Amino acid sequence: MSEVLIEARNVTRILPGVVPTTLVQNVDLKIFPREFVAITGPSGSGKSSLLYLLGLLDLPTEGEVLIRGRSTANMAEEERARLRLASLGFVFQFHFLLPEFTLTENVALPMRALGELSPQEIRERAEGLLESLGLGEHRHKRPDQISGGQRQRVAVARALANEPPVVLADEPTGSLDSKSTEQVFSLLRSVVDDRGKTVVAVTHDLELANRMDRRVHIVDGRIVADDEVDRAA
Amino acid sequence: MNLVFEIAWTHVRTRARQTLVAIAGVATGVGFSIMMAALMEGSQDDFVKTLVNALPHISVSDERNRPTEQPAEQRYAAAEIHGLTPAVRRRGIKNPMATIAALEPWVPGALTPSVSAKGLLRYAGRDVAVSITGIEPRTEAKVSGLVTQMRQGTLDSLYRAPNALVLGDRLAEKLSAKVGATLTIVGSGNVRINGNVVGMFHSGMRQIDETNAYVLIKTAQIIENQTGLVNEIRVRLDDPMIARLVAARIGAETDYKSTSWEEAQEDLLSAFQVRNILMYTIVGAILLVASFGIYNIISTITHEKARDIAIMKSLGFRESAVRRIFVIESLLIGLAGAAFGWGLGYLLCVGLGSIEIRTPFADITRLPIAYTPRHYAIATLVALASAFVAGYFPARAAAGVHPVEIIRGAT
Repeated sequence: MSEVLIEARNVTRILPGVVPTTLVQNVDLKIFPREFVAITGPSGSGKSSLLYLLGLLDLPTEGEVLIRGRSTANMAEEERARLRLASLGFVFQFHFLLPEFTLTENVALPMRALGELSPQEIRERAEGLLESLGLGEHRHKRPDQISGGQRQRVAVARALANEPPVVLADEPTGSLDSKSTEQVFSLLRSVVDDRGKTVVAVTHDLELANRMDRRVHIVDGRIVADDEVDRAA
Repeated sequence: MNLVFEIAWTHVRTRARQTLVAIAGVATGVGFSIMMAALMEGSQDDFVKTLVNALPHISVSDERNRPTEQPAEQRYAAAEIHGLTPAVRRRGIKNPMATIAALEPWVPGALTPSVSAKGLLRYAGRDVAVSITGIEPRTEAKVSGLVTQMRQGTLDSLYRAPNALVLGDRLAEKLSAKVGATLTIVGSGNVRINGNVVGMFHSGMRQIDETNAYVLIKTAQIIENQTGLVNEIRVRLDDPMIARLVAARIGAETDYKSTSWEEAQEDLLSAFQVRNILMYTIVGAILLVASFGIYNIISTITHEKARDIAIMKSLGFRESAVRRIFVIESLLIGLAGAAFGWGLGYLLCVGLGSIEIRTPFADITRLPIAYTPRHYAIATLVALASAFVAGYFPARAAAGVHPVEIIRGAT
């Protein structure tokens, strides 16, 4: 049995308010190494909410999330931030690159925040990542000087900067045209196949979801289908 | 460069116009604060300097520290005695030369005996009440600035004429007396003598120039109608700022009332304290207003940068790091503002110091300006403290942003 990278145990997330809203309800989910997982479901079904819970961006109202078997329930915010920085990469629908920084500087950001590499090593790794994603020639440009697809590829490069075992992507192709969608999807595929990472991607595009290795379908905050690959094989 | 600092620097650098406006606000605050402090302290220093030069630093009078005990009180252990005629004590300091000799070894400065008298000067049909001080011209230079304040004649001229007087210039003007004039001095016990004006001085203190006259000690003794009288020992210290301490020790050792120049002018000096409190309040208010500019820009930046903050936090930036970014931005603006403020403050001081002021009440022809690094340091510290507070609250709010809310809002 492979090591479980992320595990959600009976996770529920209720948004407080005059009328409390249940975003995710009693979810049990395990994410394994080298998986390419699609989280699908209708609009407002709780796909993104589940991803944020798995990525420690949000806290469950009930249940707990474990990262490599370690419970995060009682972790201080600072500790969760550190774990996120070292173990998880994020790609969002919008690239969220810092507009004043060059592509290299944007990719270097998580590495600099982690502070484990020398400035020379950080620059080399950031430029290497951009090069491997076909963006080497643009490395000195700022985000507003490249296309939307290219920006999303830079966001993927940034997610991979600290070599996290898992990349969590929230509608990574949601704002892209079909050509860019294909490019970004291929990139995420190669992140799994060539780099040996796990990618968990929220998508409403069923065609894309069907090309991934595992599909978790959510309706009204509950997992209604989980077509899991046989990990023992 | 440190990552947090680099992000902060990038934010303020890429918002040049807003940053410059905020810097200009702080610079104006710091500059005007420096100018105001320099002007206030300059005028105070100038006044104190004039005061210190015009008056003895310590005046030991023939008044006792405690009321004289009457013989009946010494003899009977009564609670109260009525109707007795008190014993008359001979005026003046007992053995003044011996007292001076006892003080001289430890008092850091010079001492001289003198006679302080009240009298009336009569000339050309005008009577003016004056304070007459009997001095020893040869030692006077050691205890007061009178020698340098002489406008006509010299102090030594007091030796050259019988009952010679040196008058304050405003007093002479009041009497319409000129050097060489003979006037009548009316002293205690209705003593009347004629005296010659041999010189005039100008101390710069209107009250002194209008009411003081100097004569030889022996002339003052005649005016006071008491031979050998010395009722004041005047002391000039090497450091006038220790006058209060030295005066207290002299008082304790001699049992005579010993008053420092600070005690004599306590009302004025208290007024200065009030003025200083007022000044620093206004300076603080100016810088506080400037800090609103910083608050405004930092709030704007945090608002504009909500997405960046969210992504930084989602990447794993700690709240403290996010907070530091905006506090550093605020401090950068504060520092730059303070640096420009120094230049502005200095130029304002130079400009004000060059303006000539003519007033009938004082001799100051230029505004006195005190140039001291302390003003720059205080203004900078207050500016930085204001900048820190102005930046801290938006920074705290920014650091508390929940990334999911922003990311959801963006998508």
